[in-house]
Amino acid sequence: MGLSKTATGLNILQDELKIERTSPEDKIIALGGNPNVGKSTVFNKLTGLNQHTGNWPGKTVTNAFGAYNYKNCNFILVDLPGTYSLMANSVEEEVARDFICFAEPHATVIVIDATCLERNLNLVLQTLEITSKVILCVNLMDEAKRKNINIDLEKLSEELGIPVVGTSATKSIGLSSLMDEIYKLCCNEVELTPINIKYTKEIEEAISMVEEKVKTMIPSKLNPRWTSIKLLEGDMKLLNSIDKYLGFDLSKENTIINEVKRARDFLKTTGIDSDSFRDITVSTLVNISERISKKVVTINNKDYDDFDRKIDNYLTSKKFGFPIMAFLLMVIFWITISGANIPSEILAKGFTILEDSLSLFFQWINAPSWLHDVLVLGIFRTLAWVVSVMLPPMAIFFPLFTLLEDLGYLPRVAFNLDNFFKKSYACGKQALTMCMGFGCNAAGIIGCRIIDSPRERLIAVITNNFVPCNGRFPILIAVTSMFFAGIVKGSFQPVILTLIVTTVIVLGIFMTLLISKILSKTILRGLPSNFTLELPPYRKPQVGRIIIRSIFDRTLFVLGRAVVVAIPAGLIIWIMANVYIRDSNILTFTANLLNPLAKLIGLDGYILLAFILGFPANEIVIPILLMSYMATGSLTELNSLAELKDFLVANGWTWVTAISVMLFSLMHWPCATTCLTIRKETQSLKWTIVSFLTPTLAGFAVCFLVVNLIRFFNLL
Amino acid sequence: MKDNYIPLSSLSVGEKAVVKKLTSKGLIRRRLMDLGLINNTVVEVLHKSPLGDPVAYLIRGAVIALRSEVASMILIEKFNLEEK
Repeated sequence: MGLSKTATGLNILQDELKIERTSPEDKIIALGGNPNVGKSTVFNKLTGLNQHTGNWPGKTVTNAFGAYNYKNCNFILVDLPGTYSLMANSVEEEVARDFICFAEPHATVIVIDATCLERNLNLVLQTLEITSKVILCVNLMDEAKRKNINIDLEKLSEELGIPVVGTSATKSIGLSSLMDEIYKLCCNEVELTPINIKYTKEIEEAISMVEEKVKTMIPSKLNPRWTSIKLLEGDMKLLNSIDKYLGFDLSKENTIINEVKRARDFLKTTGIDSDSFRDITVSTLVNISERISKKVVTINNKDYDDFDRKIDNYLTSKKFGFPIMAFLLMVIFWITISGANIPSEILAKGFTILEDSLSLFFQWINAPSWLHDVLVLGIFRTLAWVVSVMLPPMAIFFPLFTLLEDLGYLPRVAFNLDNFFKKSYACGKQALTMCMGFGCNAAGIIGCRIIDSPRERLIAVITNNFVPCNGRFPILIAVTSMFFAGIVKGSFQPVILTLIVTTVIVLGIFMTLLISKILSKTILRGLPSNFTLELPPYRKPQVGRIIIRSIFDRTLFVLGRAVVVAIPAGLIIWIMANVYIRDSNILTFTANLLNPLAKLIGLDGYILLAFILGFPANEIVIPILLMSYMATGSLTELNSLAELKDFLVANGWTWVTAISVMLFSLMHWPCATTCLTIRKETQSLKWTIVSFLTPTLAGFAVCFLVVNLIRFFNLL
Repeated sequence: MKDNYIPLSSLSVGEKAVVKKLTSKGLIRRRLMDLGLINNTVVEVLHKSPLGDPVAYLIRGAVIALRSEVASMILIEKFNLEEK
């Protein structure tokens, strides 16, 4: 979800991890852990950066880093994607593992969930196989206490042979000791005696055969034992990374190839083939986790998760699952629509007063009238529109949505909807990336990394645009308010608006499923793959933080983007309106060119042109449109949505136009940022073009169909 | 006694079972094992999704949803309450 800066377009474009050290003395700390253990909260609290944390698996989709100072030493903390394992081949796990292996962090902090210690220990053990410089941060100690789960941290530290710190990150408890332990480890003030992970006798023998040769060939940076295990396992992807890191092809050295073959042959004589080798190594780690967990965890109340089970029985039940989902969605829209009105009007009035003063100022300094037109009527009005009409719904919608997210509801949405996605031959986690798309489609597309299967990931990427991001969502609300609020009078208006907006969103979800299915049957043919989805415990959301952060981050981001995009857009529009080709200006000329095509789908040339010029950011589509209409003559001051409606009607809008605009804003090309992100994530121009064309064609098709159906029935 | 093994997908809500064998291969096998689904792990069926599939299971303290295809690749032995 797009509340924070990290989940918006700006940061995504610069997600290549370039850690900026201020001095070579800086310590680099990797922060790893399972998804949903409060890792990002620890990160935020330590660095003061506001990475958004969410109560669903796979939130940190791109490496974020931030710095903090402790005892006059500068620490750079790198937030790795949340993973259950460092072994399997998902993009996220690769990112996390490669960082721990090859970025040579001074220490790796693994954050684990105190309420689910056993499962989390697996990752800790896997990390310890790679490096001994590990600090264990047992987070959510408060949750554990509430659930009557007791953890002997001292004993845990003894068992693992590494420093262990208990924290409740949301309450800032234990963080100073965490910083202290990190400091001590980086200054070599702690003695590490990491647990010896021993496999079966045969495997140990095979490992030592390879290890002997590996030891002589690789620098001390890489753990030779771990490297040997990976050589025996034959994890080609990882071995390639290792070769790249070492600067020579270790796995292709003859001595190594021979020794690995000899060791594997030996294992075969004892009945261990490559499959069972993996099984045994993984099982060993799980068993060690279980053993340690039994020693250090005491559960005083066996029914500690009864409450969660009861809630789940309602939220995901046959009877209530879907109605509750629809109800929650509608409540959110209803609050957003009803709540946004008042601040919108106040802001609009404020801007009008400001505009008048600006105009007076321009008169006073005797500025040429074209300058006034460009700056005030062009740029300033665009800004005023974006801020007064777009901002209030965002500022209300996103905290509400985040609230659901923090509670842990979104994985339940994915759970409920999975069957539909399965029928579309897609991954159930696509529901999560779809939800992220509400915030920002570019963020949603990066979020698609949580989907393992490349085929299903592409489907999720291509269809992400079918949920309206925060740039398009207010267009829907504004158009609905103008043209359909009048269906009923009085206090039922918000209800009608809510129903219409919800219908549009549901249509978007339906299109997501439909297009996913079509893709699965055509260019991305394949069967649904297998995946596992965690339903994390429900958590108490940090309401205050959500509100402050989302309003603050959103406001700044939207303002920033509006300024950045509105200025050139205002200029372009002004130039287009004032440079003439024969009798008409470029604007009218282009709009006339587009008009026949636009009419087919119920729009007009100016609207289509506005969508095209809105490619950099959807927020500016409507202001561009208004400027275009104004540039052709009639100049109106638009203080309210009612006046805006009159203005649009004067320019030929009907309720059919309104429907087409809503449908087209739901379904057209992704914005520039999203396209760039798709290019980056898919590493393919072809799939970027497919992602561009798919929603565009769908939009044209649906609008054409709807408009002609309406026309047809009107004729009858 | 291999004959006693039945797929996890055949259990009903509330039943418990012990994992005996994974018939899946490759990545999903790894995923399942990373979740702790190795031999002799206890699994409990928690609840079904509104359309009956996927189903949520309690595995080593974590709630994990699996589609029926995946659950059918996990062979189990029903938990005998009298044993303990």
